[in-house]
Amino acid sequence: MRTETEAPVTESLSFRKVTRRYGALTALAGIDLDLRANAVTAVVGPSGCGKSTLLELVAGLQEPDEGEITRQPSAYMPQRDLLLPWRDALDNAALALECQGVPRAEARRRAAPLFERFGLSEFEHVRPAGLSGGMRQRVAFLRTLLQGRPVLLLDEPFGALDAITRADLREWLAAALVEEPRTVLLVTHDTEEAVFLADRIVVLSPRPGRVVADFEVDLPRPRSITDRAFIELKARALEALR
Amino acid sequence: MTRIALAAALIALFVLVWQGVASLDSVDDLTLASPVETFDALRDDWDLLMDNAWVTLVEVVLGLALSVVAGVLFAVSMHVLRPLRDAAYPLLVGSQAVPIVVLAPLFVLAFGYGIGPKLAIVALICFFPITVNLLDGLRATPPELLKLMRSMGASRLRTLRSVELPAALPSLFSGLKIAATVSVIGAVFGEWAGADEGLGRLVLLGNNQLQTPRVYAGIVILTLMAVGLFALAALAERVAVPWNRKDASA
Repeated sequence: MRTETEAPVTESLSFRKVTRRYGALTALAGIDLDLRANAVTAVVGPSGCGKSTLLELVAGLQEPDEGEITRQPSAYMPQRDLLLPWRDALDNAALALECQGVPRAEARRRAAPLFERFGLSEFEHVRPAGLSGGMRQRVAFLRTLLQGRPVLLLDEPFGALDAITRADLREWLAAALVEEPRTVLLVTHDTEEAVFLADRIVVLSPRPGRVVADFEVDLPRPRSITDRAFIELKARALEALR
Repeated sequence: MTRIALAAALIALFVLVWQGVASLDSVDDLTLASPVETFDALRDDWDLLMDNAWVTLVEVVLGLALSVVAGVLFAVSMHVLRPLRDAAYPLLVGSQAVPIVVLAPLFVLAFGYGIGPKLAIVALICFFPITVNLLDGLRATPPELLKLMRSMGASRLRTLRSVELPAALPSLFSGLKIAATVSVIGAVFGEWAGADEGLGRLVLLGNNQLQTPRVYAGIVILTLMAVGLFALAALAERVAVPWNRKDASA
């Protein structure tokens, strides 16, 4: 089924010796990274290792001090849902289209089918204050999808949620990405989340962030967190983090 | 409900104390009219008071409207154009520091005895709280939200319309509520400087003619006018900013 949100991927997204500094502080040091199209790459690292900087560099919100980035049009999803409290869920998602100059009524019309497909129809007209944290994050994800960009940049998308909602949303996102395949750069400090969602895991060192491990997650989907191979990969990621 | 009861009880207490003080032998009747005398004046001079109150109300409402238009235009321009904000901010503060009492007669000299100088003075007083509050509200937009809008490719106008202005609405109403209460004082100043009708002029005349109860009746009406305008502004806020009621944190 073709939708508004589908966007073809042709070219690659890559980092070549990318360094980013804030004054005397080096956030990222010589990052080399190529993202595979339509695959989920998880970047795992301790707090303050420059994970968010990595995303903002791809989003074009920051420029590298050294090195080069080959960018692709990307949609950025911050950790907090940042829904506008005066707009209902549908209008909040439709904002992505309005930012591209689509008139409001048209934007709503085009956003509605997505709510139906992802089981959020009954929440279309609810304002954020009336939504649970998990629901708000889903709406924020739809807003990200609606930008129609081939690359999704997810910055700790479940970081602000409780453990149960997190697990729930993780499965929802995995299913959503099967339906709407994208090149995803997922930033997280949670190795379980990384192994659950990603095709490939890149581990960064503490500041300054460098790539210290890079391996494939070759597990069938849907994945089970109690599976032996799952646990082994999680241990491997944790080991690399030390 | 308890809120209303408490407020009513305090007002009743205030009136009682007022009556008590006014009844003291040591208090001159020409200085302080009692609530009973004030009520009598309200009843006897009702038509005269209402005719003049209407004139003042028109000055206040038009002056307020003027200040809202000017305040919103100024605040938005200053927000969008950083150099304008830096340049105009001292002038903005200065506009409020000017003693209106001194300025009012000059306005009358310039614009005559009509409604013009009254509007100018009301607007000058009300303009400040509206502009400053709205400007602060616009600047208080969370930076992450602006970053998100940037990442979605939003134009400056889109961000202003969809994010900054709605987010600043509660601040605009805070300013409007302050403006509503001081607007009446502005109209009275304007009328004192030169007018042939209006409640402010009536109060001034009553003062000169030693009609103390009428002066107090005028003050009561002016106060109620200000309170009523404040309540209207608060009501408008509830209608225009419904999301702020349920979810104060957002």
